[in-house]
Amino acid sequence: MSTVKLTVSALAVIAASATAAAARDQIQVSGSSTVLPYSTIVAELFGENMDFPVPVVESGGTGGGLQKFCEGVGPNTIDIANASRPIRDAERDTCTANGVTDIMEIRIGYDGIVFANAASGPDFAYTPADWFNALSAKVVRDGQVVDNTAANWSDVNPDLPRQEILAFIPGTKHGTREVFEEKVILAGCEESGAMEAFTASGMDEDAAEEACTTLRTDGRAVDIDGDYTETLARIQSSPGGIGVFGLSFYENNTDKLKVGTIGGVTPSTETIASGEYPVSRPLFFYVKKAHIGEIQGLQEFVEFFVADEIAGPDGPLAEYGLVSDPDLAATQEAVAAGTTLQ
Amino acid sequence: MTDNPDRKPASLLRQDARTRARNAAERRFRWYGIGAIAISMIALVVLLATILTDGAGAFRQTYLNIPVTLDAAVLDPKGNRDPAEMAKVLTLTYGKVLDKAVGDAVAREAIQVEGLTEKDIKGLVSREASAQVRNRVLAEPELVGQTVAFDVLTGGRIDGYFKGRVTMESAERDSNTSPRQLQLAQALADRGMIVTRFNWNFLRLADASDQRPEAAGVGAAIVGSFYMMLVVLVLAVPIGIAASIYLEEFAPKNRCTDIIEVNISNLAAVPSIVFGILGLAAFINFAGLPQSAPIVGGLVLTLMTLPRIIIPTRAALKAVPPSIRDAALGVGASKMQSVFHHVLPLATPGILTGMILGLAQALGETAPLLLIGMVAFIRDIPSGLPSGLFDPASALPVQVYNWTQRSDPAFIERASGAIIVLLVFLLCMNVLAIWLRRKFERRW
Repeated sequence: MSTVKLTVSALAVIAASATAAAARDQIQVSGSSTVLPYSTIVAELFGENMDFPVPVVESGGTGGGLQKFCEGVGPNTIDIANASRPIRDAERDTCTANGVTDIMEIRIGYDGIVFANAASGPDFAYTPADWFNALSAKVVRDGQVVDNTAANWSDVNPDLPRQEILAFIPGTKHGTREVFEEKVILAGCEESGAMEAFTASGMDEDAAEEACTTLRTDGRAVDIDGDYTETLARIQSSPGGIGVFGLSFYENNTDKLKVGTIGGVTPSTETIASGEYPVSRPLFFYVKKAHIGEIQGLQEFVEFFVADEIAGPDGPLAEYGLVSDPDLAATQEAVAAGTTLQ
Repeated sequence: MTDNPDRKPASLLRQDARTRARNAAERRFRWYGIGAIAISMIALVVLLATILTDGAGAFRQTYLNIPVTLDAAVLDPKGNRDPAEMAKVLTLTYGKVLDKAVGDAVAREAIQVEGLTEKDIKGLVSREASAQVRNRVLAEPELVGQTVAFDVLTGGRIDGYFKGRVTMESAERDSNTSPRQLQLAQALADRGMIVTRFNWNFLRLADASDQRPEAAGVGAAIVGSFYMMLVVLVLAVPIGIAASIYLEEFAPKNRCTDIIEVNISNLAAVPSIVFGILGLAAFINFAGLPQSAPIVGGLVLTLMTLPRIIIPTRAALKAVPPSIRDAALGVGASKMQSVFHHVLPLATPGILTGMILGLAQALGETAPLLLIGMVAFIRDIPSGLPSGLFDPASALPVQVYNWTQRSDPAFIERASGAIIVLLVFLLCMNVLAIWLRRKFERRW
């Protein structure tokens, strides 16, 4: 008998759940793990200062977040996608195909990418060319394209400390990897003249770029597919290693890490904002305009996020390591006007 | 009787070579066994020791007791004590009020720290404190203009200092604190204003952002896990037991039931992430249930747990001797009576054990929750039943996973603390399983 009763009540629960599912009180956010900490900080402040529930923030990577974002419109889809790179055309097409047409793009600021070694290690002052010559699979020696055999940083540049080359770089699924390749390796490739040598050896431009960004596979460049905590753990277990981190992660772990300069510039929110420090990228989030007015608090949340008190240079986000956007006022205007991507 | 000339008569006092070899093999095997147990014990001890040393700190928290002057000009600029107007003053402003209170305390107590800067004073109090003060002021607007004593959380680094995680040497290199700040904290502790005490809030509060590890707790995760276990208990247990009783006692043995049997065994071996994909497609996309909700988590875990309940339940039913059934049928009981009056009570200990172990496994599961939006930042504790089933919630293993990814090292302590809570729950469930088995066990 009791089994029958339980089964009936179980069915009742399922039935009740199906009917009660329509409304949703919280804003749903998903996407880039780089934007995640900023998003949670704002969500928390939003919840304690406004009469709305705290938005639910998920991390799933920029690609994963935008994929969920483009699934469609309605309370069962997310409202905001965090992204550490602009949305791609292919993603826009998926969005359009699924009826997600009016998308607001909001740039919240910039994120610096820094190179750091264990705090006990020596000081490093790199140039992008050093990184290219240390990690690229093919380098140019005396005008000849040869396999990279550099073992120590001092082989690459006599000014660098005599330490074995061992770099922990973000894996290919990270948005950070793209920036690293473009702003460090590729820049170093051009700076060192290797690009010219590659094209001179008969490659076309694409092939030369490909050759530039192909990294050596002899174990000196280690892909980290996890997050920065994994990179930090690897550096702590092999103190000779150098890791690629986000500026905010480094700023929270300055007791364990020592940051290297690029072209003589020490990374900080100031040097990144002024553009002196070369390796940085904009951070975004994308909002479904169709959800504004449907999901309560969404417009308020977006306005709150880009307010001067929050995303400005003295706000909590800058304190955490976000390089605030000098054009924040323009973003605020766009949010107020509800400007969408064309 | 012909004696084999090659073989000497065996003596009980002297072992021959083959006996010695056999005994040696047995001794070796015993050593292998002891070695295997030793390795697993060492692994367990190392694991537990690491978790306990890392996580013990999460159960203690440092608080600062400080009088705060609630400046009317700052907190109620319109001066009409209207909570709706005062709500426009953000917590960021309250943070400045608190920083000023710390500065006042330094002056009043005549604390001398060389080179103390405003930044050092600023980081002393947790950002969570400003929300605490703001909520109190909005609830009791008449407090504005008075000086009120508040018991507030200290910042994560200060807390770490009193727990030994942050030292003067590490603070030297740390951009989020400084030796001066720690000296100030020490001076306040010497005056009894900073105390470290047991941290009930760790069990009560929900997650907090990267900027306030000191305020993060497993409250929302415990509630979420509890709701999910409730759903699993209500759905998986009756369905699982009903299915196994039918399959074991009533179902005809034919090709169809064979296929069902094979499929159940297969399902038990399916990786749990697959159930997450199924849950996303069936419950969220098709049935339209909300994301991140414990009801969806519970349904997914129900699917995952079902085969893991059915298999031990069938084994328990199978283990009841056929003579019991025969005797019951022999005295005229119906099939139904023989099963429910005689077989099922005898199988209860096995069924209960299987059920609780199935639940324990579901409690520790993260992968299927990843896809249904439960691996997320959840700041609000879900409301009471039944509507709480549809509120966003976290789960204990998910909270551990989330915290290990945060950049502030204080979250490592929190993650280990959450593991301790999870282990305590699992231990309780296993003890309950053993106790129930002992209580209902009957030997033949």
